[in-house]
Amino acid sequence: MSAAHEAVFPAEAAPARAEANWRRVWREFAESRIALAALAGVILVVLAAVLAPLLAPQNPYDLRQLDILGNLLVPGAKSSAGYTHWLGTDDQGRDMLSGILYGLRISLGVGVASGVIALAAGMTIGLFAAYAGGRVDAFVMRIVDVQLSFPAVLVALILLAVLGRGAEKIVLALVIVQWAYYARTVRASALVELNKEYVAAARCLAFGPARILFRHVLPNCLPPLLVVGTIQTAHAIALEATLSYLGIGMPLTEPSLGRLIANGYQYMLSGKYWISVFPGVALLLAIASINLVGDQLRDILNPRLRR
Amino acid sequence: MTVFVIRRLMQSILVLFAMSAIVFFGVYVVGDPVEILVSHEADEAERARVAAALGLDRPVWVQYFAFLENALGGDLGKSFVFGIPAIQLILQRMPATFELVIVSFVIAVGLGIPLGMYAGYRPNSAGAKTIMAGSILGFSLPTFWVGLMLIMIFAVEMQILPAGGRGPVGSFLGMQSSLFSWTGLGHLFLPALNLALFKLALVIRLARAGMRETLLLDYVKYARAKGLAMRRVVFVHVLKNIMIPIVTVLGLELGSQIAFSVVTETVFAWPGMGKLIIESIDKLDRPVIVAYLLVIVVIFVLINLVVDVLYSVLDPRVRLAAKA
Repeated sequence: MSAAHEAVFPAEAAPARAEANWRRVWREFAESRIALAALAGVILVVLAAVLAPLLAPQNPYDLRQLDILGNLLVPGAKSSAGYTHWLGTDDQGRDMLSGILYGLRISLGVGVASGVIALAAGMTIGLFAAYAGGRVDAFVMRIVDVQLSFPAVLVALILLAVLGRGAEKIVLALVIVQWAYYARTVRASALVELNKEYVAAARCLAFGPARILFRHVLPNCLPPLLVVGTIQTAHAIALEATLSYLGIGMPLTEPSLGRLIANGYQYMLSGKYWISVFPGVALLLAIASINLVGDQLRDILNPRLRR
Repeated sequence: MTVFVIRRLMQSILVLFAMSAIVFFGVYVVGDPVEILVSHEADEAERARVAAALGLDRPVWVQYFAFLENALGGDLGKSFVFGIPAIQLILQRMPATFELVIVSFVIAVGLGIPLGMYAGYRPNSAGAKTIMAGSILGFSLPTFWVGLMLIMIFAVEMQILPAGGRGPVGSFLGMQSSLFSWTGLGHLFLPALNLALFKLALVIRLARAGMRETLLLDYVKYARAKGLAMRRVVFVHVLKNIMIPIVTVLGLELGSQIAFSVVTETVFAWPGMGKLIIESIDKLDRPVIVAYLLVIVVIFVLINLVVDVLYSVLDPRVRLAAKA
C-alpha cells in the first residue's frame, strides 16, 4: 500500500476509535437500570430458547408424552407418574413449561430469521438505491412508500392467504413485511454518507460500487440499522404470534407461543387460565425486553438527543 | 391542483388494477376449492360438474378477465360456502366492523387527548410517568393478548361484561346498531377498548409532545401576560394547535384500524369483515378472500388519496413538489 493510501485511510486510527465508541455506547446503556434489566431479560429469553431441549422436562413433540388422564392439571400439580408440572398441563396432558420453552424457541427463531433476511435484503436494496440515485432511487422508494402505507398485519394476511401455510411461508411473509423499513433507514443514512469526502476518495481510487457501499458506507450506517433491527425483531415476534393466534401462522406440528395461547382460549372461559396465560407471559417478556433495549439504543445512538 | 388530483387518481386506479391481478392470481394458486366442497366419495363427473358450475374449468386468464369484467359491474363472484354474492356478504358484515372502529376511535381520542395533555402539562409528575409507562405498554403488548386478558378479567373473573359476540342491535332512525341498545353497548365495550389501545397510546404521545412544544411558544406567554386564565389558554389556544397533527395522523390510521379489527374481531367473536376473512382463508372461500382484499384496498387507496389531496390543499410545498 502506498503512502498516499495510508494518508487517506489511517488504518490504525479507525478501529481504535470504533472500539472507544462501542465502549461509550455500553457505558451510556448501563446508566439506565430498566435497560439493564431488559437486557438481562433478552439474554434469559434467548438462552431459554437456545437451550430448550436441555431445559425442558419433556419433549412436547413426543407423542408418548400425551397423557389424557393427566390433562388440564393445575400449576404445581403432580402427574400420575409422580412428576410435578410447575405450570400445569394442557388439554393433551403435556407439560406447559416444556411447551412454552419449545414454543419460545420457534417464536424467537422465526422472528430472528425473518429479521436477519429482511435486514440483508433491505440493506442491500437501500444501499444500491442511494448509490444509483435518480429514477432507480425514486422507483424503489415509491414501492417502499406504497408498502408502508399498508399496515403490516394486513400485508402479512394477504401474503399468507395467497401463499398458504408453513414455517418458510411465514418467514417469507415477515421478510416482505419488514424489508421496506430497513431499506428506508439505510438509504437515509447512506445518502448522507455518500456525500462525504471519504467516499469521493474511494471513488478516486476506482473502487467498485459494491466495495464502496459495503466496506466504506455500510459501517457508518450501522447505528440506526441496529436500532431498527432490534425494534423490528420485537414486531416480527408479535406479528408471528398474532398470525399464529388467528390460525394462519405456524402449523400445528410446530406450535409457537401464539398457537399455544390460542389453544388455551376455550379453557380460559371456564377458568383454566394457565394454558393461555403462561405462554402469554413468556411472549410479553420477550417482546417487552427487546423493545426496551431498542428504546435505550435509540436514545443513545440518536445524534439529536446526544447530551 | 386539478392536475395533481387527476394524477393521484390515475395512480390510485393503477394500484387497484395491480392489486386485483396480484390478489386474483395469488389466490388462484392456493388450493383447489373443489376438494373442499365435494365429498370424498364423489366421482370424476361430479367433480367436473362442480368445477364447471363454479367456472373453475376455464383457463386462469379467462377467469381473470371474466372476474375483472364482473368486478367493474360490482359483481365479485359468489361465495363457495354461503352461495350468496361475496360483495353482499362483505357489505352485510361491514356495519359491525365500522361500528367497532368508530367507537374505538372515540375512546382513543376521548381518553388519549386529556391524558396526553396532562402528561405534557406536568411532565415530571407521578401521574404523567404512569401515563407514559402505560402508553409504552400499549405499543408493545400484542392486541390479541390484551383482548384475552380483558376477557379473562371482565368476563370470566368479574363476570360483568360478555366475553364475545355482538349481542342485540337496537334501531334508531332506521339505522341498526349495537349503539342503540344497552346490552349491545355492553358487548361493544371490550372489543372497542381492545382495538383502541394502540391508537390510545399513539394519541397520548402526540398530545404530550404537542403540549410540551406549544406551551413554550410566545403566544402562550402573551395570552398569560394578557391575564387569561391558564385553563382557558390550555383548553382553547393550545388545544386547537395540538389537534392539527393528531387529526392528520388519525386520518391515516383509519385504514390500519380497519385492518387491525381482524385480530380483535377474532378474539371477541365479533361478526364483522375481519372475522369473515379469517374464516374464508380457513375454508379457501376464494371469491370472499378476493372481494375482501379488494374492498380493503379500495378503502386504503381512498383514504390515502383524500389525505394526499388535503395535504396539498393545506401545504403549498407539496403542491410545488408535485408540479416539479
